[in-house]
Amino acid sequence: MNSQPLIETKNLTKKYGEKVVVDKLNLSIAEGERFGFLGPNGAGKTTTILMLLGLTQPSSGTANIAGFNCTREPLKVKRITGYVPERLGFYEELSAYYNLAYTARLNGLPEAQVSKRVTSALEEVGLIKTAEQQVGQFSAGMKQRLGIADILVKEPKLAILDEPTSGIDPKGVHQLLELIDKIAKERNMTIIMCSHQLKQVQQICTRVGIMQKGKIVVEGGVEDLGRQAFSGGKFRIEVKLTEITSAVIEAIRKIAGVVNVERSEDTLVVTAQTDLRPQIAKAVVDSNGLLVQMNIQSYALEDIYLKYSEGQ
Amino acid sequence: MQGMMEVFKKELADDFTRWRFLILFAIAFAVAIFAIYMDAQYIKLAVSDTRFVFLKLYTTSGEESLPLFIMFFVFFLPIIGVSLGFDAINSEKNSGTLSRLMSQSIYRDAVINGKFLAGMVTIAVMLASVVLVVGGVGLRLIGIPPSAEETMRLIFFIIVGVVYGSFWLGLAILFSIFLNRVATSALASIAMWIFFIFLFAIPMFADLGGTASYIMMQVSPIALFWESATVLLVPSARTMAQMLNVSMSTASPFLPTSALSIGQSLLTVWPHIVSMIALTAICFAISYIKFMREEIRST
Repeated sequence: MNSQPLIETKNLTKKYGEKVVVDKLNLSIAEGERFGFLGPNGAGKTTTILMLLGLTQPSSGTANIAGFNCTREPLKVKRITGYVPERLGFYEELSAYYNLAYTARLNGLPEAQVSKRVTSALEEVGLIKTAEQQVGQFSAGMKQRLGIADILVKEPKLAILDEPTSGIDPKGVHQLLELIDKIAKERNMTIIMCSHQLKQVQQICTRVGIMQKGKIVVEGGVEDLGRQAFSGGKFRIEVKLTEITSAVIEAIRKIAGVVNVERSEDTLVVTAQTDLRPQIAKAVVDSNGLLVQMNIQSYALEDIYLKYSEGQ
Repeated sequence: MQGMMEVFKKELADDFTRWRFLILFAIAFAVAIFAIYMDAQYIKLAVSDTRFVFLKLYTTSGEESLPLFIMFFVFFLPIIGVSLGFDAINSEKNSGTLSRLMSQSIYRDAVINGKFLAGMVTIAVMLASVVLVVGGVGLRLIGIPPSAEETMRLIFFIIVGVVYGSFWLGLAILFSIFLNRVATSALASIAMWIFFIFLFAIPMFADLGGTASYIMMQVSPIALFWESATVLLVPSARTMAQMLNVSMSTASPFLPTSALSIGQSLLTVWPHIVSMIALTAICFAISYIKFMREEIRST
């Protein structure tokens, strides 16, 4: 694999008047990577994407995709990049097939290939039966899948998905995410997915960057992020006892892998590296405690996300 | 120009299938039929000179009244141009198709150029077909085929008409880039239309003196087209400028009313055509500057 990253930004900054929306962003995404862009509304995710596609000019700094400058050579960038915008629009009065064929032709695909490429893209997303239907009659979920087909027509190296699941029902979301996952794996496509739906990002992405007020506050694999955020403890076990004695606390603390034990009223909150419930149960019994209940939670991306959001 | 031809083809197909186009086309045909009906009533009275009989089809509508056919296109072509362009960019912005369009590997001006070209062709097709319908029915009516010169004059009339319609198209596209709401940009275009009609009509209401009304006529595309269409279709007509010249330079103001040759007619309207093209170019330049730097956001 190429050692040079596919996407690289250097001190990328965007200001609207005095307001800094993207603040000296340094991002580097390797080829084949699936990067999740997380952050609340207005954090600057979409603005960053617009700068990557040359749809808006950065105030300072540069962005490169595959060695092409995104501001000066947007055409070369856009040739290898597929973009599904947040509010995806199609020509409603035209058929799904025509909409995709238009995309293919705009990208200079020879007429002989247009039909083949469009048909296979529609097949891939399961819309081949409705190819001749007007897009205006499509449901939100179908339109999003058509959006995926729209980028498949281009056969891009990089796909940028901005909030691909907004406004779709849970079943549709599930289908869409499986589709994205399948396509990305089959074609080894690099993906940037923007979202504030944390579980979805977790499902698709290998690496996550959390953006806050124009800056990436934390970046890394989902697992790494957990470790960074919670200093090692990935599991949170709540132990409820009839009576809490210091002997019990001591016994639990001695178990290998326990990071921290905290007491809150009649429960103990144990932070641990792994699922230590059997060991904790044994320790409680051994030190003559009476166990009422034990709950375990694994830290999801959501907690990491919330932790960083609160920190601001 | 990658992408421009694709945008052009799609927009042309769109233009021809839109309801607004079909309605305007129907109105244009209705007026053409009405013009021929008027011709049938008056053409025998009007023909005193056997030259340019065929052109009389387009310029006669009763004795000593304004030529209906030209007058109709003076007011109607702006409506066609505006209706083809007033939502060119902002409706795509509002429906979210613009950001998808702009994320394809095409230059931004390909979108404006393609849309403008499609509108221009639509105007040309509409104007040419109405001229041909009047000519065809008229040919049966009077039985005199057009001479080569008359045909040339009609072709130039169509060209000038397309230039005039394109100015309104360019103006409407300009508003559609600046104003995000479709209704606002439509209203702005219509307001400009009424404003120019006003400039055109001032000399009829107020006596501003020759020079003032002459200046009015130089800036109003409506007046520019009115004059050039008249000069092209009525070989004996003179422009305002020529009339002013004569009345100022000679002791006895006498304006010859003999027919001009086609070369002379063209020479007379050449400044008008250039002015209209220049006005269109100004609209285009402003559109470009605004659109090239704009941020294309989907929300």
